[in-house]
Amino acid sequence: MTTTTGGTPAEPQPLLEAEDLTVDLLSGTPGAPRSRRVVRGVSFTLHEGETLALIGESGSGKSLSAMALMGLLPATTAEVGGSVRHRGTDLLALHPDALRARRGKHIAMIFQDALSALNPTLTVGFQIAEVIRAHEQVGRREARARAVELMARVRIPDPARRYRDYPHQFSGGMRQRIMIASALALSPDVLIADEPTTALDVTVQAQIMELLAELRESTGSALLLITHDLGLAATAADRVAIMYAGHIVEQAPVEDLYDRPAHPYTEGLLAALPRLEGPPDDLTPIPGTPPAPGPLPPGCSFRPRCPAARDSCATRQPALLPAPPARLVACHYPLEASSAR
Amino acid sequence: MTYLVRRLLEALLVFFGISLVIYAMTYVLPGDPVAALAGDRPLAPSVVRALREQHHLDDPLFVQYGHYLAGLFQGDLGTDFSGRPVADQMADRWPVTIKLALTAWVIEAVVGIGLGVLAALRRGTWTDRTVLAFTIGATSVPVFVLAYTAQMVLGVKFGLFPVAGTTEGWPAGYVLPALCVAAFGLASVSRLVRAEVIDNLRADYVRTAVAKGLTRRRVVGVHVLRNSLIPAVTFLAVDLGYLLGGTVIIEGVFNLPGIGQLLFQAVRGHAGPTVVGVSTALILIFLAASVLVDLLNSLLDPRIRHD
Repeated sequence: MTTTTGGTPAEPQPLLEAEDLTVDLLSGTPGAPRSRRVVRGVSFTLHEGETLALIGESGSGKSLSAMALMGLLPATTAEVGGSVRHRGTDLLALHPDALRARRGKHIAMIFQDALSALNPTLTVGFQIAEVIRAHEQVGRREARARAVELMARVRIPDPARRYRDYPHQFSGGMRQRIMIASALALSPDVLIADEPTTALDVTVQAQIMELLAELRESTGSALLLITHDLGLAATAADRVAIMYAGHIVEQAPVEDLYDRPAHPYTEGLLAALPRLEGPPDDLTPIPGTPPAPGPLPPGCSFRPRCPAARDSCATRQPALLPAPPARLVACHYPLEASSAR
Repeated sequence: MTYLVRRLLEALLVFFGISLVIYAMTYVLPGDPVAALAGDRPLAPSVVRALREQHHLDDPLFVQYGHYLAGLFQGDLGTDFSGRPVADQMADRWPVTIKLALTAWVIEAVVGIGLGVLAALRRGTWTDRTVLAFTIGATSVPVFVLAYTAQMVLGVKFGLFPVAGTTEGWPAGYVLPALCVAAFGLASVSRLVRAEVIDNLRADYVRTAVAKGLTRRRVVGVHVLRNSLIPAVTFLAVDLGYLLGGTVIIEGVFNLPGIGQLLFQAVRGHAGPTVVGVSTALILIFLAASVLVDLLNSLLDPRIRHD
């Protein structure tokens, strides 16, 4: 796993590049449509083989960003803007058939709750084999053999027999292994994992993350890890992007971000983490609540909750700007990194 | 297999209960069946006595019912008062009812599921609204109004279908009555399927299927449809039992000599053994249909286990 610098613009063509991605959720009737912006211009790049963690609270727009990348948001309920380039091709402008051909083969996704994300009425083996058959001209028997092999690779005991079992006959961790097997079946170069371990026990979480890391070693897939778990991101990610109210507010290599947060929100998140050392009540929650979706007041959207806010924060919205060596931060007065402004 | 045993025991209990009730009901029907048989000219007292003797009419209800059951377990459905075996009467009628029921059932299943899926996939469009209007119409018009109208317009006026009777055989003689029988069930099936498909299109596993890069045809055909058909299949299996019970009104309007007509005539003619025989057969069909529903459901939804 190589750590790639995030901010330098003169990189060779990145694997996946989101630029000014926006998502508006549509509601109301055709006569009186309503839309609320929930992702407000998100840009990031993902390089070959690396892991980028997209961290945010519920409602920060992280999951919707991931769905928008894959083109999974139905046009009737969401409007997606901006661009997402996969090896230089804009996925959002692609013909549906061409996009379909990349989904599952080049870009695959793992979802949070494997119980609902797997079809309850089809065998797990079928659900792994069908992704192979959707993209390659292989017979039923060969797809089956490869699915059994994949089940063995994600360490399902007795895979040939369990091929015919249904999702409800597996434990939560085993179901997530099935999801992983079907996502990595065709060695995609991008894997998007949306809260892959949130629904699992802590011990199972660790096993799943280890398995993911191990399998990615052989497939070479880059990972976009969507999570609210700072601890998980710290152990799994090369780079971390923090989302707040539909924006990325800070992005940095993992050690930089955890050691020296530059955005007051990042600092607040880290201060709210429980730590083994120090008194047990040493948790500092961030006061207030995130803004609701929809139009925001001018200025920085974190300002009402920010301990370091000044007058100018209320009028100008901070842009996500490079803070050398490898950091991006959207704050008028970033912490410690006074060289940024 | 304990499931099957339990179901069979339940079925047996239901069978005895219902057949006794029906037997008792024909027993208390006003009027003397033997007198009804004769019409205006009274029968000779010796004949009356012989008939009453043969049919145990002077015994108490439970003794009569016992005689009936004893015959039943020897495969004898009894004979009516004019001496025709009930089994023979039914044998004449079943082919008509079975043809009508199966034709109607296939129309319900194919057209109902098709319209439901179409409406769901084109949700909010004119297609959807047209299907909705049609289903509201089909469920709110009483079946005899529909049947007479169809008969007058399509049969009498335009001559597209035979007006009545089975002389033209299947399919010509059966399509129009079958359509009328099917109208209600068809509308119900299509609305069930529409609601389920719309629900399932939003399901997480459908999103997974799309993320796998499956074609829309496979996403809908394999993932959505399989889950959406469960309630429709339940409805259709129960409805098959109902259709096989003979549809008295439709068989009457189109003059089809089926089971429904037989039952109707038997009730009017105080033909107790026939009423009980036909009812018994219908109970068995309903019980079989409900076991079928359970088996089909566990086949379609592996989470349902009967053990």
